[in-house]
Amino acid sequence: MELLVKENNTLSNSPWLLLHASAVFAFLYLPIAVLILYSFNGEGVGGFPPRHLTLGWYRILFADGPIWDSVLNSLQVAAAAVVIALGFGVPAALALDRTQFFGKALFRRLVLLPLILPGIITGLSLLMLFNVSGTKLSLLTIILGHGTALISVATTEVFAGLQKLDRAQEEASLDLGANYWQTFWRITVPNLKLPIVGAALLIFTLSMDEIAVSFFLIGRDNTLPLEIWGRLRRGITPEINAVSTIIFLFSLVAIVLWYRLRVRSEPDVDVGSEIVQTAEGHTI
Amino acid sequence: MGTKLESGVVGSEEEAGSRAPLLSIRSVAKSFGRNIVLRNISLDVSEGEFLTILGESGSGKTTLLRIIAGFESASAGEVWMGNERLDRQPPYQRRVNTVFQNYALFPHLTVEENVAYGLRVSKRPDAEVLTRVSEALSKVKMSAHAKSKPAKISGGQQQRVALARALVNRPRLLLLDEPLSALDANLRRQMQVELKSLQREVGISFIFVTHDQEEAMVMSDRIALLRSGELEQVATPREIYGRPATAYAAQFIGHTNLLKCEVKDGIARCLPLMWITKVPEGPALFSLRPENIRLATGNVGIVGTVRVRGRVCQQAFHGATELIRVECGNGLVLAVRIAGRDAEAAPMGEIELEFSSSDAVPVRESPDRI
Amino acid sequence: MFSRAYKTAVTLPPLVWVTAFLLMPYLLMFCYSFWSVSASQTIVHSWNLDNYRQLLQVDVYWQTLLRSMWIAARVTIFSLLLGYPLAYFLSFYAGKRKDLLYQFVIIPLWVSYLVRAYAWKTILGSEGVLNTLLQYAHLTRHPLEFLLYSPFAVVLTLTHIYTPFAFLPIYAALEHIPRNLVEASHDLGATPRQTFWKVIFPLSIPGVVAGATFAFVLSLGDFLAPLLLGGPSGIMISNIVVSLFGAAYNWPLGAAISLCMLLLVLGLLFCSERLEKKWSFS
Repeated sequence: MELLVKENNTLSNSPWLLLHASAVFAFLYLPIAVLILYSFNGEGVGGFPPRHLTLGWYRILFADGPIWDSVLNSLQVAAAAVVIALGFGVPAALALDRTQFFGKALFRRLVLLPLILPGIITGLSLLMLFNVSGTKLSLLTIILGHGTALISVATTEVFAGLQKLDRAQEEASLDLGANYWQTFWRITVPNLKLPIVGAALLIFTLSMDEIAVSFFLIGRDNTLPLEIWGRLRRGITPEINAVSTIIFLFSLVAIVLWYRLRVRSEPDVDVGSEIVQTAEGHTI
Repeated sequence: MGTKLESGVVGSEEEAGSRAPLLSIRSVAKSFGRNIVLRNISLDVSEGEFLTILGESGSGKTTLLRIIAGFESASAGEVWMGNERLDRQPPYQRRVNTVFQNYALFPHLTVEENVAYGLRVSKRPDAEVLTRVSEALSKVKMSAHAKSKPAKISGGQQQRVALARALVNRPRLLLLDEPLSALDANLRRQMQVELKSLQREVGISFIFVTHDQEEAMVMSDRIALLRSGELEQVATPREIYGRPATAYAAQFIGHTNLLKCEVKDGIARCLPLMWITKVPEGPALFSLRPENIRLATGNVGIVGTVRVRGRVCQQAFHGATELIRVECGNGLVLAVRIAGRDAEAAPMGEIELEFSSSDAVPVRESPDRI
Repeated sequence: MFSRAYKTAVTLPPLVWVTAFLLMPYLLMFCYSFWSVSASQTIVHSWNLDNYRQLLQVDVYWQTLLRSMWIAARVTIFSLLLGYPLAYFLSFYAGKRKDLLYQFVIIPLWVSYLVRAYAWKTILGSEGVLNTLLQYAHLTRHPLEFLLYSPFAVVLTLTHIYTPFAFLPIYAALEHIPRNLVEASHDLGATPRQTFWKVIFPLSIPGVVAGATFAFVLSLGDFLAPLLLGGPSGIMISNIVVSLFGAAYNWPLGAAISLCMLLLVLGLLFCSERLEKKWSFS
């Protein structure tokens, strides 16, 4: 009960709310705990209580060639997706912030749509495009899919940054004789460092984890989630728990990195509401 | 410390003493962690009184108000209303209503629904709610906007609605937390007058919090001056201006010259000034208002006036009056307020000034010293 | 302040890209939905409404769509029931631990979707953690079979996945409620319960709408959880689309169903935007 510090004396503590909150947290963390626990279980997945704790599954995992190939593929896809999403997402944010053109409202909605749309629609519509244009499915098509869908993340993050940017800084730069190109690299980009880096981390993580779009655009080479998916269909082994645990740890690192980056430069930033805004595209 | 403090407050208590106090704050203290916000505050508010809590930001005035309203609990002390202990009740049971600094109008309710809120939650019959709400709205001249949402009306209008929303519940005491601070200067002056006459009309006690000393002087029956969590002086505006108890009170309310004197053998010396005083021997502080100093006339001073020669070093035109600063030697600079036409007539070089020694009011350094 | 060249430089590339990889594909999906497949399994580019006719006439399609909406609706309701009190607790009662607890709600959101769905499979299976635990504790003698490969498993897993999504906008909405409104309500005599229903809840409605939209739309289009955990009775509309694009090889019909989903989603987004606007007062 020490956990609770009453916000003020008029609100009496509610044991029901506390109980409910604890139950929700248990619900949210139960699968993750089970997952990690059984990655060390010699007897396989399921089966209570866990017996013969072992690192054996990790050993098998490290010797598993196809998994590591798929990890490599995923890393390539994620890196390329970051480049595409930022390459088009940053200009898109600039365009939404400072230009007027015919169809801007439609453009805005179109850019943001993949955020809220079920992945299957984005994936299938791209599949039809590649089919009609005769493009062979490969990692490249996955990269195009991820890059396109995640432009929305880059755009919302950078647009939010632009809203806070003092336009006078850029005016001062132009006034002092820098041209647009110089002003962009010397003033605009340094001021947007945080949203850009934040967006890059977010895009990278989301791409590493993406499966619904990749599912339809996959060629011969698997990404990590698709490799796992393929194995799940064949049956479950603690090796998958092991690789999932490692993914979980990497996600944790990414969160901590992202969070610390934010907190260090803007102590009062509300990371959560930014995620919401990103997810909803409300900032635009 | 408490008794000393109260002795500083004596003299203003006669008015409150004649009637039983409505609200009685007894030795209230409040701290947030290590940060002490209020120390040993004792204050009575009588029925129908307009009391202003005046202080700079951070003086604890809002915290004191929030303790009365019930949004904060005091770390020590008690708050009584009549013979009921108020500080043990949750805010929704207290017969106290608040006009919040930013009005805190419910954005999802119309003006009318905002005003009706208190009556609705206490489950008053519909007919009564309707009549009381429309009365309250017409009292603050907002009947025309009854169906508007708060976002659609101006700041001054929101102010009126907030007032109606509080008054419609017929509280015994109304708390106002810097209600005028968001308004521009003209509207503010207009609202000061309206608020004051409204208070006279409804006869409810008001506790009004502000940092604006002029506002406090214009509106209040009494002013409680708060400084760093302690009461400096509680008195009527006239009294606090004419007889400030402390150096801080003298400086905060109006403009003044603070004279650091040495009293010896019944004479106060602040070279080159000297006058007869009854203040005990030793160092002493006197407050001398700029408007109590005038250009000397005639050749010889009368008894009880102090004369000094000096050179004008600065002039500031204020319309009807002019504020000049005069160097009188020995590092003493006096601020003097003279009528505009006198300033035009007077030669702005060497001048002679005079004031009557009774206008030099002895003040204490702080309420708990001396 | 920005020259024409600058504006063109920032507008043109994303415009071209978005047209090529978002607008075109959606239009293509629209076109496909009016085409058909020949007996020799090639796409016939003749325009007709056969696919839409089939959608309405063949029971399995519209029934599955309805069932998917029912599953999504349950997920939405459960996510809100779990997410709202949690958000309310964090925002109003958690005091100094608020930020930390908030992070703990976010973290599962970052854990791979697939991994979490898979974890539920290992929990719910007949040889899974839950069943063996129940038998170990002698609470049941035989594994409970309804746990896995059922709509129950799908709803449970999707609720687990989308509860943080429902939580986030609700929490943001609650955090944006000026606290002096709560004080004003108490000041005017409302009890905490009255204050919740008359002030706090109405002002959090935009968050509830946004959270519900997230949960509904994303779970409506899900096809991995049903494949993994749903069994035959847990099939959702997207699974039909997947099979039409795969083994069944009828892209036009699949496109028609996808387009219906897309329109449904756009309609929902439109409505929720309206609702949020109506209930936001800042």
